[in-house]
Amino acid sequence: MQEVPAEDRREDLDPVAAGESPRDARSAPPAPPVPEVRDRGPHAVADPSTLEAPAKILVRGLDFWYGDRQVLFGNDLEVAERRVTAIIGPSGCGKSTHIRVYNRMFELYRDQRASGTVLLDGENLLDPEMDLIDLRRRVGMIFQRPTPFPMSVFDNVAYGLRLHYRISRSQLEERVESALRGAALWDEVNDKLDEPGTALSGGQQQRLCIARAIAVEPEVLLMDEPTSAVDPVATAKLEELVDTLKDQYTIVIVTHNMQQAARISDFTAFFYKGYVVEFGPTERIFTNPSERQTEDYITGRFG
Amino acid sequence: MSTRPGRLGSKRWPDVLFRAAAVTCAALICLLMAGFFVELARNAWPSIRAFGFGFLTTSTWNPVTRTFGALSSIYGTLLSTLLALLIAVPLSLATALFLVKLAPPGLAKWVRQGVELLAAIPSIIFGMWGLFVFAPYMADHVQPFLQKVLGFLPFFRGPTMGIGIFTSGVILALMVIPFITAVMRDVFTMTPPVLEEAAYGMGATTWEVVRNVTIPYGVRGLAGGVFLGLGRAIGETMAVTFVIGNNHQLSASLFAAGNSIASTLANEFTEASEPLYRSSLIELGLILLAMTFLIQVAAHLWLNRLGRASGRTA
Repeated sequence: MQEVPAEDRREDLDPVAAGESPRDARSAPPAPPVPEVRDRGPHAVADPSTLEAPAKILVRGLDFWYGDRQVLFGNDLEVAERRVTAIIGPSGCGKSTHIRVYNRMFELYRDQRASGTVLLDGENLLDPEMDLIDLRRRVGMIFQRPTPFPMSVFDNVAYGLRLHYRISRSQLEERVESALRGAALWDEVNDKLDEPGTALSGGQQQRLCIARAIAVEPEVLLMDEPTSAVDPVATAKLEELVDTLKDQYTIVIVTHNMQQAARISDFTAFFYKGYVVEFGPTERIFTNPSERQTEDYITGRFG
Repeated sequence: MSTRPGRLGSKRWPDVLFRAAAVTCAALICLLMAGFFVELARNAWPSIRAFGFGFLTTSTWNPVTRTFGALSSIYGTLLSTLLALLIAVPLSLATALFLVKLAPPGLAKWVRQGVELLAAIPSIIFGMWGLFVFAPYMADHVQPFLQKVLGFLPFFRGPTMGIGIFTSGVILALMVIPFITAVMRDVFTMTPPVLEEAAYGMGATTWEVVRNVTIPYGVRGLAGGVFLGLGRAIGETMAVTFVIGNNHQLSASLFAAGNSIASTLANEFTEASEPLYRSSLIELGLILLAMTFLIQVAAHLWLNRLGRASGRTA
């Protein structure tokens, strides 16, 4: 992976500006021209005008390979800013693979390769020049299973802060608390901050991971089936949390659970065999899908 | 349901037999262990009675006057083992990380086989190579260099003869590296990929992921590897006997000739015809056994505490 000297990426956090998100420091770059939508035959769907909100992430012609095997074919998608976009589809259709492009997680593996354009605020994040470490601060990820690091609850949440900022102890404590509050976990763990993160329950661990992700003030949160390993009560809490988080963050959630997609998302993309078969407002996808395959899937005829 | 009682009865037989066999084997291991202790203690009794606790705290070893003290052997054993681990643990850690995290698969295979080959070399070969090749090299190059740089410390004073505790520590390190590396490699392979992905996903570099997640996650397994190496180093006889110098003396200098429990036993057992002499050597063996036993127990206790601290159980 791309190594960046630690000194180059740590931003000294000015106490006065501490409250500001690092993203405020960047002036908005002029939007580059949107690449044309390629003709993809019967699968032509996406159109930026689908969104009533500005597109935070714009995907055009994304192909993906595991070695010689192509698994994503010309994906086009727009992720609306501060909305929840759900990606649904049967197992193995490329949902997770697709979102793992957004933070270039796939680059950890030698034989995985992506091509196409994925614009994050107009900047192609597949560009090799892209600062990978900063990209991953801006685009956080939550996984199928909770992934608390082998350290205390506090250190888990402080992890990213210590990685990306030079910050005083009191500021650190402040931001850990606000991240835990943001993840609706503070009241449950404020007396357990020094206990190992792994000592929490599964649902709490998943919210701990969300707190860890939002502590560094990302712009996008990728959630890869975040509720698949927790019980129904914890699932309900997480869904509620997603609903509050979308006020501040752009959320992309991969889910197996169609009811979940219907409940929490504003937009839904239906993936099938590596193609984006249909994409649009969640309500329309679930009530009036225009593609036969989408209808078959959401009515439970396959998948 | 037509469950025939005969069939049920016949089904129980193998279970009973298997249970009995398993219990017997387990009990035999415990008995064997206890037997070692008892037999060693019984044969060491004349020496224990003659020297008492002083056996552990004096280093006089004089078969002529029949005065024996184990201190120099214990000191040499612990010091050469400690030295070996100080050298071997970081090297093994780095090698294992290289093999699992960094090396391209083709290269990793070659390096792994090379390291494993090191484990197949008989210790007598290490000893001979150590005496004829490595010790002279140490005497001519490594030790003078260390003396020049770190000579203000008492550990690096004295004549640079090549043989001695320092050289035997280095040879021991070479011998335990393949074992520690193999265990550490397995530990790193077993780290859940998603945990490391989560750390990468926070914007951590490979080094930060390894330091903050991979190593703490596998710390119990890694420590297990270190103790495996320690167990081998502490009792290693042949290679150490060749290069340690076999001298019953205590010296702060690592370059001085010394001895270890194992090397003393190997050297002197054949000439110990006198009962108290023989008994003292057997007491040395008892001490070695007790030392390894205590270290293992302490390691277990420590690891359990560590496991609780990071919230994971054994």
